Amino acid sequence: MGLMKRVTLGTAFALLGTTSAMAAGHGCSIIEGRISIVGNEFPAIQTVAGAAVACAEGAATAESNLTADHQKINVAGMSGNPAEYTTAIVANSSIVALMNEDVIQPLDGLLAEHGDGISPSQLITIDGKVMAVAFMANAQHLVYRKDVLEQIGVEPPATYEDLLAAAKMIRDQGIMENPVGGAYAAGWNLAEEFVNMYLGHGGTFFKPGSAEVAINNEQGIATLNMLKSLTEYMNPDYLTHDSNATSAEWEAGNVALMNMWGSRTGVLMDEEGSETVVYENTTVGGPMTVGGGSTPASTLWWDGWTVAKNISDEDATATFLAMKAGVSPAILNDETMGQAVWMIEGYEPAPVNAGVFAAIAAGTTPYPMLPYQGLLHTALGDNIADFLQGKESAEQALADIEAAYTAAAKEKGFLQ
Amino acid sequence: MKHQTFFWFVLPSSLAMLLFIAMPIVSVITQSLYTSHEQVIVEVENCGPFGCTKSVTIDQEATEALRDAEPLGKFAGAENYLNRSHLASGELGVFWTESDGFGDFFSKVFNLPLYRALAFTLTFTFVVTPLTIVLGFIIAVAVNSATQVIRGPLIFFSLLPMIITPLIGSLILFWMVDARGILGHALQWLADDPTLSVKASTPLMWIMLMVYGVWHAAPFAFVVFYAGLQTVNQDTLESAMIDGANRWERIRYVVIPHLVPLVTFVALIQMMDNFRVFEPIVSFAAQAHAQSLSYFIYSDLGGETRLLNSAATTSVLTIIGVGILLSPVLVRTWRDFGKG
Amino acid sequence: MAARTMRQPPFVRFMVISFLVLWLIVAAFPFLWTLWGSFKVEGDFFSKADWANALTGPLTMVETGGQFTGDGYYGAWVQEAFWLAALNTLIVCVCVVTISLTFGTLGGYALSRSTYRYAFWFLLFALMFRAMPPITLVAGYLLPFFEWNLWGHLSTTIIVLVAINQPFTLWMLHSFFKNIPKDLDESAMVDGCTRFQAFRHVIIPVMWPGVITTGLFSFLLAYNDFAVTAMLLSKENQTMVPKIASFLGTTQTKGNVMFAVAAVVSVTAPLFVMVMVFQRQIVSGLTAGAVKG
Repeated sequence: MGLMKRVTLGTAFALLGTTSAMAAGHGCSIIEGRISIVGNEFPAIQTVAGAAVACAEGAATAESNLTADHQKINVAGMSGNPAEYTTAIVANSSIVALMNEDVIQPLDGLLAEHGDGISPSQLITIDGKVMAVAFMANAQHLVYRKDVLEQIGVEPPATYEDLLAAAKMIRDQGIMENPVGGAYAAGWNLAEEFVNMYLGHGGTFFKPGSAEVAINNEQGIATLNMLKSLTEYMNPDYLTHDSNATSAEWEAGNVALMNMWGSRTGVLMDEEGSETVVYENTTVGGPMTVGGGSTPASTLWWDGWTVAKNISDEDATATFLAMKAGVSPAILNDETMGQAVWMIEGYEPAPVNAGVFAAIAAGTTPYPMLPYQGLLHTALGDNIADFLQGKESAEQALADIEAAYTAAAKEKGFLQ
Repeated sequence: MKHQTFFWFVLPSSLAMLLFIAMPIVSVITQSLYTSHEQVIVEVENCGPFGCTKSVTIDQEATEALRDAEPLGKFAGAENYLNRSHLASGELGVFWTESDGFGDFFSKVFNLPLYRALAFTLTFTFVVTPLTIVLGFIIAVAVNSATQVIRGPLIFFSLLPMIITPLIGSLILFWMVDARGILGHALQWLADDPTLSVKASTPLMWIMLMVYGVWHAAPFAFVVFYAGLQTVNQDTLESAMIDGANRWERIRYVVIPHLVPLVTFVALIQMMDNFRVFEPIVSFAAQAHAQSLSYFIYSDLGGETRLLNSAATTSVLTIIGVGILLSPVLVRTWRDFGKG
Repeated sequence: MAARTMRQPPFVRFMVISFLVLWLIVAAFPFLWTLWGSFKVEGDFFSKADWANALTGPLTMVETGGQFTGDGYYGAWVQEAFWLAALNTLIVCVCVVTISLTFGTLGGYALSRSTYRYAFWFLLFALMFRAMPPITLVAGYLLPFFEWNLWGHLSTTIIVLVAINQPFTLWMLHSFFKNIPKDLDESAMVDGCTRFQAFRHVIIPVMWPGVITTGLFSFLLAYNDFAVTAMLLSKENQTMVPKIASFLGTTQTKGNVMFAVAAVVSVTAPLFVMVMVFQRQIVSGLTAGAVKG
């Protein structure tokens, strides 16, 4: 494990790159322009937005609206002229909605002028134009209970098949009734698990170069069957378990193996909320492969910031500078260091972050940034539960997903 | 009342409703008749912290020309209403010709999202509404017969299910009915089945949603009926008693007829609210077991890519559904109108 | 209420009392459970290991050193400035109730006094308006509100809540006014009053009970609303319910969940006071109104 960690961390650092030394100090006093941030509300984003807002001085105004509903208001809030929000903090799935509606601007000009301190590896380039600056990475990977695996004498599983075998041993030996955990709540979470597993099986979601969905195939069926096999070792309520409920399940000591978000593992390893034997033995592994594939059954995610299109140049500059400061090394301290896998210079990964780095190193696929991927995700989330509950066959579930997606894609004009 | 006076009296109220409800309804109806433009897709290379991949994106310049020409989108007529996510007329036709027998036909029909949601919503409406009315009535009668001093606290505690924010109320209940929560545990003990889990079974989930529905709405019916009980004519009750009517007969022939208009009012409001059941589905994470039209709207508007036209269509269908559901009551109100 | 008709034989009395006790348990138990749990830590109140932990609180003992902890309340009110949300809620509720009732009494009175068919159609349309799912309405407001810079203000939310609440208010007040005899205002008009003067001097003095009941429901709507307030208010103008929801969030931060639980308990307290103060009016209000359906 020690060796593996060193290797992966090394690779990750190489990947994150080290360009120019940061301009000295905080250097972000902005005296004119308007900064208005919309984004999700988890702690890492609170840190970034807080640092960005703190830059405003004198005539400059700055505010932030961080809410779980950010995706419902960001497009509307950036559509006006001038836009209410000068920047939206997005992930690789949610930037698509902003791109589709054409409400964010290319950052090339601003980068050329004020881009010192931003590493090229942070830039999200679409068709040669920089559309966002990423500041943190995330991925799902294995989390396991060291003590339980030692008890059954098994190495941490590297594949889902191994995980199933280990789960069977744990159950058979009477250690835990439902040793596997996972965020399988019907809707977005369950769809995400399908996406992971399907990519792990080497599947592609669409016919090449078109918006026509193509998941009703061998990989699709294998994916569904694997998901179902896993659920047999899960708490029977798995369809209502989002990542919060799954974490609670873990902290209660009911689960020994799960595929979990890197950003959520920190709280599992602290002293709060669980017994000593649970948090001391909680260990992070890499992402797993499935079905003999070499690509891990997981997806890579980034969070980054954008700049709205319909705002004055003055506001755009102010926003750019503030957000740059918001993700500068100056925000890193003891408290913020563990909030995320930061793509910021000076970030020192803790053992808890090893999983995300392992995912990056293992060549995990990034979550696809296709304009119509969101429609498929919704269709997946609505139609897999029936199969897992044994109400319909895998073929029927896949056919339902394709039909639901096709209806939505026709309405959005992606299919005719 | 003169037309002009009427006009000035209802003006503020009408203005508020016109601006904030009628205009949105008109725009929603319009939206439901359109779909998005054909999107011009171009192949691009995306690069990020995890390397470069071939991908596609929308060609904004080409799309902008289309958008400017037709800002509402492409006129689609009834297409949105008839597609698979809504009434699914095409699918229904195919199922009808292809299926062998009614059982097969209906199992296929209830695999379609709208019909499956209707199955739940209508069951919910027709179970919860009468139970709410009955429970509310019994509570009202019971509280009404309590001593004056304890009625204040009684009313407050009876109102609790309604005044605790539904969002939080069901969050806490969600934990309580968990297999390891206090209520879930009690149920296992009652059923003598240690593996029983409400959240894992569709029928139990339906029952739980309905129990929650009745629990949450009973206070509303209670307050209305309790007030109605205060106006029951005591003379009529006494003369009924002198005529030898027993307790039950007095309730049956004096109290209940007096409350009938109130029952209509409560039924109207409750049927409408139950048909639009939404919050409990989200708070109990019951999506896998039960859906409603309102849930579809939420899901269309909350996805990564929002389906505005589809949400608009479902909204119009909801209004039509409520209209059909309430029509018997409304016809009655129409007949009675002007008499009172 | 000592009428002879109310006297009960012992058996009926026993049935009524046991039903009331049962109902009170069903109605109040989740609340009392929450009240008790709000003084524990998250690991106990939301214990997956054993539900009885919420009663005994072993982790509360370990983490705070006492049987009970006020951390949830401290976190919500002091650390997260819940009082600001409480203040916003107060403003929203007072304004919504006042405006709703002003609009509603005028409209409801006119509807109850008009014998023309259009009054029925008016009520019918109002009812159909109520059928519109609030989430669709709110999604439709976003774009124009952002465009015209109306988004985020308390005043916008207030007027939206008033509008959404109008159909219910109109129906309720309409049936209430129908129960006030027409002779009252008509005789005033014979004496030379205009319609509005008759309304002011004759109807207003007798309408309070019904108005207060309708007001209670308006108040509860504004107090409990999530769909509108969550989407239309900016952070600093947030009311209590969206604030509570933000304690929960998509990715629950340790301890914040207990802020939400403590906040829920706090939110219920003013309602208790209100019900105790108004319970008589609530009852007499509905007594006079709504009875004609």
